[in-house]
Amino acid sequence: MSKPRPILSKLRWLVPALYIVFLLLPIYWLVSMSFKTTSEILGGFTLWPNRFTLENYAKIFADPTWYGGYINSLIYVVINTVVSIAVALPAAYAFSRYRFLGDKHLFFWLLTNRMAPAAVFALPFLQLYSAMGLFDTHLAVALAHCLFNIPLAIWILEGFMSGVPRQLDDTAYLDGYGFWRFFLRIFLPVIAPGVGVAAFFCFMFSWVELLLAKTLTSVAAKPIAATMTRTVSISGYELGLLAAAGTLTIIPGAIVIYFVRNYIAKGFALGRV
Amino acid sequence: MDARIENQKGWLLVLPALALVALNAVIPLMAVVNYSVQETFSSNLFFFEGVKWFEQVLHSERFHAALARQLAFCAIILAIEVPLGVAIALAMPRRGPWVSVCLVLMALPLLIPWNVVGAMWNIFALPDVGMLGRTLKNLGIDYNYTQQPLAAWATMIAMDVWHWTSLVVLLAYAGLSAIPDAYYQAARIDGASSWAIFRYVQLPKMRRVLTIAVLLRFMDSFNIYTEVLALTGGGPGNATTLLSIDLVKIALGQFDLGPAAAMSLIYFLIILLLSWVFYTVITRGEEAR
Repeated sequence: MSKPRPILSKLRWLVPALYIVFLLLPIYWLVSMSFKTTSEILGGFTLWPNRFTLENYAKIFADPTWYGGYINSLIYVVINTVVSIAVALPAAYAFSRYRFLGDKHLFFWLLTNRMAPAAVFALPFLQLYSAMGLFDTHLAVALAHCLFNIPLAIWILEGFMSGVPRQLDDTAYLDGYGFWRFFLRIFLPVIAPGVGVAAFFCFMFSWVELLLAKTLTSVAAKPIAATMTRTVSISGYELGLLAAAGTLTIIPGAIVIYFVRNYIAKGFALGRV
Repeated sequence: MDARIENQKGWLLVLPALALVALNAVIPLMAVVNYSVQETFSSNLFFFEGVKWFEQVLHSERFHAALARQLAFCAIILAIEVPLGVAIALAMPRRGPWVSVCLVLMALPLLIPWNVVGAMWNIFALPDVGMLGRTLKNLGIDYNYTQQPLAAWATMIAMDVWHWTSLVVLLAYAGLSAIPDAYYQAARIDGASSWAIFRYVQLPKMRRVLTIAVLLRFMDSFNIYTEVLALTGGGPGNATTLLSIDLVKIALGQFDLGPAAAMSLIYFLIILLLSWVFYTVITRGEEAR
C-alpha cells in the first residue's frame, strides 16, 4: 500500500531544526546587542559586536536598583512556587480520589481563575494588598500569583495522581498507614515527576508575569522586568543596557529548564494532563 | 466506572487552596462589580448608577473595535500555532540525545518575562537597527512596524508564534510519546499510510493534550497585554490596541473606574463563555466514546 518515502523521512529533522533556528534568532540578536556599545548599535548594522564590551553588564552589577530586581523576582517566584505546590497537593489528591459535594463545579471555578485577565484585577489587587498592609512586599506578589498558579498546579497534579492506581492507597491504608504518613512517604515519591512539572509551570508563570508584580510593588520588592521598563523611560534609549538586562532574565529560566528537561517529556506523558 | 469514593473529607483537603484563590479572586471581583455600577468623584464619593456603564460599553464603537481586533488575533494565532506545533512534534525524534536538546531549546521562549519578549522583538524588528527589519529592507520590502498597521500586526503575530508555539509542541509531543509502539506495529501490519496513522492513531491519542493546548492558548492570547504593549504600545494609532490594552488605558490612564470595571466584567464573561463552550464541546466528545 504505502511506500516508505526515504527522502522525506530523512529530511524530517529539518522541521524542528528550522523551528529552533527561528527561535534562536531573536535571542541571538538580544545577546549580541548586549555586548555592543550604544554608539555601535545606533551607528550602523553589525551582525556581531565589532567592539566587544562588557560595559552594559558592569553597569547592571554595579547598581543595586538593577541587581536587586533579580533578587526580588527570585524571592517572590520561589515563595509562590512553594506555596502553590503545598496547597495544590492535598487539593489535587481530593479531586482525584474523592467525590464530594460540588466537586466538579469547584474544579471548574478554580480553572476559571486561570482565565482571569490580569488587567481586570490590577487595580482591585492594589487596593486589597494595600489594605492588608502588604503593598510592596515579596509576599504580596507571591500571594497574588497564586490566583493563576494554584489552579494550574491542581490541574496538572490531578492528572498525574489519577494515573496512579487506587490500589496503592488502599494497600497502604490496610497496612496501617495514616493519611499524612501515606501521602508524604509513599504517594509523594510516586508522583514526583508531576510535582516537577507543576513546579516548573508555577515558576514559569510567576517569573514571566509582570503586570501584577509591577502594580503591587514600588521600590522594596520591584521585579527586574519592571526595573527595565522604568529605566528605559528615564535614561532614554539605551538599547545595549536593555539587551543586557533582558539577557540576564533568560538565565534563571534556562537553568530551570535544564533541571526538568527529562520530566517535561516523560512527566506529561505519565500524567494524562 | 468512577473509581472515586464518596468522601466529604475532600473539602478539608481543598480548603487551603480554596482560601488562597478565593482571597485573590472573590474580593477583587466584588470590588470590580462594585465599581461597575457606580460613578466616582475624587476617588471616595460614589453614586449608584445601575447598568449605565454596561450600556455605554456595549454600545461603544471603541469597545467593538478592540473586541474585533482581539478575536481576530486569537483566531489567527490559534490557526497558526496549533497545526504548526503538532507538525513540529510529529517531526521530532522519539528517542536519543537530540530529544533533550530539542526540548530545552524549544522551552526557552516560554521562560522569558513577557515584557522582555516584547522588548526583544522590538529590538529585533527595528527598521534600521534590528536584524529582521534590516533583512527585510535589504530584500526590498518596505517594512516599518512603528508606522504601518499591517507590519505591526505581522510582527505581533510572529512574536506570539515565536513565544508560544513551543507550548503546543511540548504538549503534543508528550501526547505522542504516550502512544505504545504496539499501535504503530499494528498500523504497519495493516499497511496504513502515514496520513491514516496520523488520523486514526496519533490524533485521537493527542486529543486530551491538544484540548489543554487549545484552551491555554486561547485564554492566554485573549489576555495578552505585556508583550504587545512592549512591542508596539498599541500603535500605530490604535491598530494593535487589543482589549486588555484598551482596558488599562481607560482604567489607569483616564481613571474612568466605572466604565473600566464594566468593561472588565464583560471581558471576563466573554472569556468564561468561550472557554466553557470549548470545554463542554470537548468533554462531550470524550463521554460519547
